[in-house]
Amino acid sequence: MDLHEFQGKSILKKYGVSVPEGILAESPEQAVEAAKHLHAITGTKFWVVKAQIHAGGRGKGGGVKLAKNVREVEKFTDKIIGMNLITPQTPPEGKKVSKVLIQQDVFYPGPSDIREFYISVLLNRKTGRNMIMYSPIGGMDIEAVAEKTPDQIFTEEIDPRYGLQGFQARRVAFNLSLEGDAFKNMVKFVQSLYKAYLDSDATLFEINPVLKASDDKIFAVDAKVTIDNNALYRHPDIAQMRDLAEEDPIEVEASRYDLNYVKLNGNVGCMVNGAGLAMATMDMIKMSGGDPANFLDVGGTANAKRVEEGFRIILKDPNVKAILVNIFGGIVRCDRVAQGIIDAYNNIDNINVPIIVRLQGTNAEEAKILLDESGLEVRSAIALEDAARLVNEALSE
Amino acid sequence: MSVLVDKHSKVIVQGFTGNEGAFHSSQMIVYGTNIVGGVTPGKGGQTHLNRPVFNTVADAVKEVGADVSVIFVPPAFAADAIMEAADAGIKLIVCITEGIPTKDMIIVKEYLKDKNSRLIGPNCPGIITPGEAKIGIMPGFIHSPGCVGIISRSGTLTYEAVDQLTKAGLGQTTAIGIGGDPIIGTTIKEALELFMKDPKTKGIVMIGEIGGTMEAEAAHYYKANCTKPVVGFIAGATAPKGRTMGHAGAIIGGKDDTAEAKKQIMRECGIHVVDSPADIGRKMAELLNA
Repeated sequence: MDLHEFQGKSILKKYGVSVPEGILAESPEQAVEAAKHLHAITGTKFWVVKAQIHAGGRGKGGGVKLAKNVREVEKFTDKIIGMNLITPQTPPEGKKVSKVLIQQDVFYPGPSDIREFYISVLLNRKTGRNMIMYSPIGGMDIEAVAEKTPDQIFTEEIDPRYGLQGFQARRVAFNLSLEGDAFKNMVKFVQSLYKAYLDSDATLFEINPVLKASDDKIFAVDAKVTIDNNALYRHPDIAQMRDLAEEDPIEVEASRYDLNYVKLNGNVGCMVNGAGLAMATMDMIKMSGGDPANFLDVGGTANAKRVEEGFRIILKDPNVKAILVNIFGGIVRCDRVAQGIIDAYNNIDNINVPIIVRLQGTNAEEAKILLDESGLEVRSAIALEDAARLVNEALSE
Repeated sequence: MSVLVDKHSKVIVQGFTGNEGAFHSSQMIVYGTNIVGGVTPGKGGQTHLNRPVFNTVADAVKEVGADVSVIFVPPAFAADAIMEAADAGIKLIVCITEGIPTKDMIIVKEYLKDKNSRLIGPNCPGIITPGEAKIGIMPGFIHSPGCVGIISRSGTLTYEAVDQLTKAGLGQTTAIGIGGDPIIGTTIKEALELFMKDPKTKGIVMIGEIGGTMEAEAAHYYKANCTKPVVGFIAGATAPKGRTMGHAGAIIGGKDDTAEAKKQIMRECGIHVVDSPADIGRKMAELLNA
């Protein structure tokens, strides 16, 4: 589960990671109040207005603005809230912004140089251990840094038996060429950040940039946080941070039925049992000249009720021109699934797209007979390649 | 011959008396798997499916000589169950459970380092040596004894490959579902090594998906060490970046873990990659009959 920047920062703050002071606002009026309050508590003369959506690259799309007076705070907030923010990481049509974070400006002038770094904590799948990845080049797309200057990316792997050691945190600070108070603050920053990551069952805490301010304080200026869905049961406080408005409405509805659905942009809907077969089915749709409209894994127990719910979800997408059902019956009997499809067809009015059904495995032959004799507009197949051909035919009609 | 399991494997079930555990245990028994008992803490001394129930894995090892354990314990307790099995000296631990937190699996992976146990899974269909032992949730009847080893990160996609190989008359030595999570016990490369050493295995099917670097690692190993033909398939060519596709481990993070990148590395290393899952059986038949 992805968190908003302001939510990620609230977790960081709890663990003693310094973040710029910030207040969430949902209107220009609230933004002005927030700006005044931030001035009162931090003395900040400027403010940053930051759109809160689940996507990176917000600055590029005009979703992050530096306001030099309260009038600008009001103006920028008014402009950003309600806009469809388009960034390299959003869908092409962008994401609607409904709230902004008004934040203290930490690029204030002072005795030492301001510097920007990159620090993230994540799982190293190769070793099965967590690692801290960091770079003295901050505030830029880290993949671009990795491409151009791979020697500027460092990692510190954490032994799960002993946790992050002091020398490792110091090595981070040394490699970032810090000294004095900045060095000490960075060591504490790294240790607190790692603790926040571990305690919240996160799979990613990416801070880009980490700022060394002109008074040697270290700040998490941004926070991209992903929490392990499988661990949410032990973090009810984080689970309730889920923002349904950030998710596709069809996906939200599918999750209510406990269906594993991901909306895509194609024209052929699909319903499959098992995640690997579901992905393979999407790939096959593409090879037959279509484009998958979704990923949908109905799970190991594809009974009649789930099949019907699956159809209802797929049909909510107006782009769907055909539906491919691909079930490999194991413990699940194909004839039962076929009956489920027939029931769903009868229960849902006006299914007016062709349905191609491929049932293989337990009782596949019986299932095909059931479907062929049902009188419904269902085209059935048993072999995978036949299903692909039928999809292609349906699209070219 | 086969790898890891055969008719002599003495199998216990952790989570024996729960819904899932009980259902699949009876299916495994019907298949002919040598299920020698089960473990449900607090129910030790009872009998279930005509087999003894033990309080601990250690008791099951001591009393009935169990050497394989299959785990159907709910996600919150599954990591603990794996470590208990390893502590009791179980040689092969097959964890079916889906949804174990990654943080728990990091601990498990570390715990297993100095134990004598191999873990398969979690979040997998299990392992089967056709005609001898079915340890997991796969439909037994689609398998047939034969000469192809299968390694797969997915469940139903494995069944697809199995079915094609059975229909092609090739059959399987052993099929291993290694699991769809970011951290799993046995990697593709390790499974590949096992099949390379098995004299009866003539060819290997390797089914991967987006996310992680396991396929690339296996491909490099293959290039340096392997002689038997391998047919590969990678699911997720059409998956969008940054979205989890059902399996917790199936997510594209960077350019190296896309389906395209993996297929390319596999091809460069001499693996016969098919673009359609429908071609797996046909391609293997072509290679073995050539």
